[in-house]
Amino acid sequence: MTATTTVEDVVDQPLGVYTRPTGGNGWRDWITTVDHKKIGILYGVAALFFFVVGGIEALLIRLQLATPNGTVLGADMYNQVFTMHGVTMIFLAAMPLSAAFANYLIPLQIGARDVAFPRLNALSFWAFLAGGIVLNLSWVMGGAPDGGWFGYAPNTGIVFSPSPGMDFYALGLQITGVASLMSSINLTVTVLNMRAPGMTLFRMPVFTWMMLVTQLLLVFAMPVIAVALFLLTFSRLFGARFFDPSVGGDALLWQHLFWIFGHPEVYILILPSFGIISEVIPTFSRKPIFGYPFMVFSGIAIGFMGWGVWAHHMFVSGIGPISVAAFSLSTMFIAVPTGVKILNWMATMWGGRIKFSAPMLFAVGVVSMFTIGGLSGVTHAISPADTQQTDTYYIVAHFHYVIFGGIVFGLFAGLYFWWPKVFGHMLSDGVGKVNFWVMLVGFNLTFGPMHVLGLQGMSRRIDSYSPGFGFELWNMVSTIGSFLIALSIAIFVVNVIMSAMKARGQAPCGPDPWDARSLEWLTPNPTPVHNFDEVPVVESLDEFWHRKYGTDDDGRVVRVASAEEVCEDGSAVGVHLPPPSFWPIVFASGLPFIALGLIFNLWLTVPGGLLVVMAIYAWIFEPVDDPDAAHGDHDDHEGDEAAADTIEEAPVV
Amino acid sequence: MSDTATSDHATTTGMTHNKLAMWVFLGSECLLFGALISTYLVYRGRFASGPAPGDIFDIPFTSVSSFVLLMSSLTMVLALSAIKRGDLRNNRLWLLTTALLGSLFIGGQVYEFTTFFREGLGYTTSPFSSAFFTLTGFHGVHVSLGIIMLMSMFISSLRGSLRKEHSETVEIIGLYWHFVDIVWIFIFTVIYLVPSPTS
Repeated sequence: MTATTTVEDVVDQPLGVYTRPTGGNGWRDWITTVDHKKIGILYGVAALFFFVVGGIEALLIRLQLATPNGTVLGADMYNQVFTMHGVTMIFLAAMPLSAAFANYLIPLQIGARDVAFPRLNALSFWAFLAGGIVLNLSWVMGGAPDGGWFGYAPNTGIVFSPSPGMDFYALGLQITGVASLMSSINLTVTVLNMRAPGMTLFRMPVFTWMMLVTQLLLVFAMPVIAVALFLLTFSRLFGARFFDPSVGGDALLWQHLFWIFGHPEVYILILPSFGIISEVIPTFSRKPIFGYPFMVFSGIAIGFMGWGVWAHHMFVSGIGPISVAAFSLSTMFIAVPTGVKILNWMATMWGGRIKFSAPMLFAVGVVSMFTIGGLSGVTHAISPADTQQTDTYYIVAHFHYVIFGGIVFGLFAGLYFWWPKVFGHMLSDGVGKVNFWVMLVGFNLTFGPMHVLGLQGMSRRIDSYSPGFGFELWNMVSTIGSFLIALSIAIFVVNVIMSAMKARGQAPCGPDPWDARSLEWLTPNPTPVHNFDEVPVVESLDEFWHRKYGTDDDGRVVRVASAEEVCEDGSAVGVHLPPPSFWPIVFASGLPFIALGLIFNLWLTVPGGLLVVMAIYAWIFEPVDDPDAAHGDHDDHEGDEAAADTIEEAPVV
Repeated sequence: MSDTATSDHATTTGMTHNKLAMWVFLGSECLLFGALISTYLVYRGRFASGPAPGDIFDIPFTSVSSFVLLMSSLTMVLALSAIKRGDLRNNRLWLLTTALLGSLFIGGQVYEFTTFFREGLGYTTSPFSSAFFTLTGFHGVHVSLGIIMLMSMFISSLRGSLRKEHSETVEIIGLYWHFVDIVWIFIFTVIYLVPSPTS
């Protein structure tokens, strides 16, 4: 920050020294980008990478448990691997993959140029990545977290978990939590404030609605886990007595705080998937979604009721009969809005001309598999039954049917559905179908037998079991199933590579490959950097579909326009876009230093803190905009003289 | 918080992105302090062998520092009113006064923490002490961040880059400042005014 001399200088260019990077297509562009589409792709790539990491951890768990007295991992390593499997899959795979869809699609579905705060969006991604790196550094810096993803006190205290693993857990999740919080505020403002003319709340696609509910859940759930993690951090690093029973510390306080976050978190994970299949099922059933207002309001109801069921995770922890009865009832009630959604999806398919392409198969997979998980969930709501099921593999079976059956299938439906939107070419549908069936069989082989194991009394979280309890067969089946799941992921990767190679040198797949319904398909595939040539004016729900179809004199639906006529050609130039920035990644790069400094040597927090403070001030005083950096001036539209007439500036913060 | 292109454009709600984001953020902060206050309420009676809350609190002293903090909300409003009128000199005066009152409050907190520590209430003494210092400490950090933002605005104003058209920046940071004050009303009531257990 060199001192500038006169007031005039300051006015023209605040503090003058912070120039903004310019566009391009190399790695520099990726690390400085503030484009919601590129950030969405970054989220997707990172999430799929962590999904594979978490999957390898799952395979290690299954190898250890395949036979009695397993020796693949020792007890200590087993604790680390199953803890990191949960943490990785939830915080580093499922949440960021949902964030990828949210980032890419929300602005497109509401007809916006970008999100409300493009630089904050980039910071959210880089901070998430920093948190993921901190968590996984633990493997080589003294041992990974070993207290379970739920981190129950006092087991996570320094006495019972002396390795630095739980410090990495607390600080790594704190960083990803801050990233989620920033992203949720950003996307909430985007949806509330940046809708195209005519896009009222009740003309928004169900996907955007479910994402809005998800973001609001994040806004209110993240601070609670932040407090829980602060209490844990201060206990471990500074000797605070929050969870020390010898002086009156209360282990249940952690459980309450964790699950007040943790149960809304379940809906944070599932609602994006519900949103995705609410776009896929109408498209492939060739019908509008059945009961749109019911779909929206049941999502909102889930968002509210999700705050009133947390203690069903604590039925056996001694919270008393009145609490147990109350939470039992509220847990049964929350099945109602979820059931409404299941029935509405089935009613959407009913009588439709269903086309079972790969996205539709995955979507139907969600409806069926999630229902199984939902039903076993209702059995936990009945607290006497839950007392028997708690801490057995029955619980593991239940939440994998919900999380894998409900979320992973939904996210894959989204990947297959929006792949042409993002990359301009289709994934092979045939390979996609094989991918689905292998995954479906593998999934049921892996987690179906766990119901039996749990009811037979096999405890979860144990690293081995003795022969002779009747656990051998189903454990072996489950392990075989887990490798089938791995195979299905490999098929997906092969599909991605093969489709990309096939598409090389060929023209993009053209507009509207699925005969879709919502606004994002109005833009060409892949989406141009400026999104819409003209800000669309919205007149109805399923706006894009209504531009293609009308009714004839007898009231029958007829096609009135081809996709080519309706879709924009992406030729606008001079669209004012938010310029890229260095500071999000600089800010985020300070965070791991602060975390490692708190764990190992406080001096390390100094460079980390300086990086963050410098980035904040540089960020604030960064020139707001470069007047010469309009979209048309530096990309492939060069020489195109036809200036578009639309052009509103994208917001820059 | 720099004023940007956004404020020139119509938004769906009519509220600027920055202001709406601050409101959403403050909603999130409610849960942060809610969780911290809950933690304190659980632990206020668990002082192990250390000092009990009722033995150690100096209510008249903290009442005075609370009054100082609440008055800073008044000066914050005056700062906003001044910049809206284009009165930059008074804007700077009231921004500085607000920051000074906030610093006085922080000074009081430092004095209080030091006194408590001398009387045997360390951070690791008991669940009560850990919860007390964590809750009031988090509030103190929030006030301190507010002071940094106020001083940043004050310096911007001296440099001539905080003018009448930037009054919304003052308003948004004012929202934060008032929120932190309101949270203190809750914390002051819960910690000091509700009769505390004695040993």
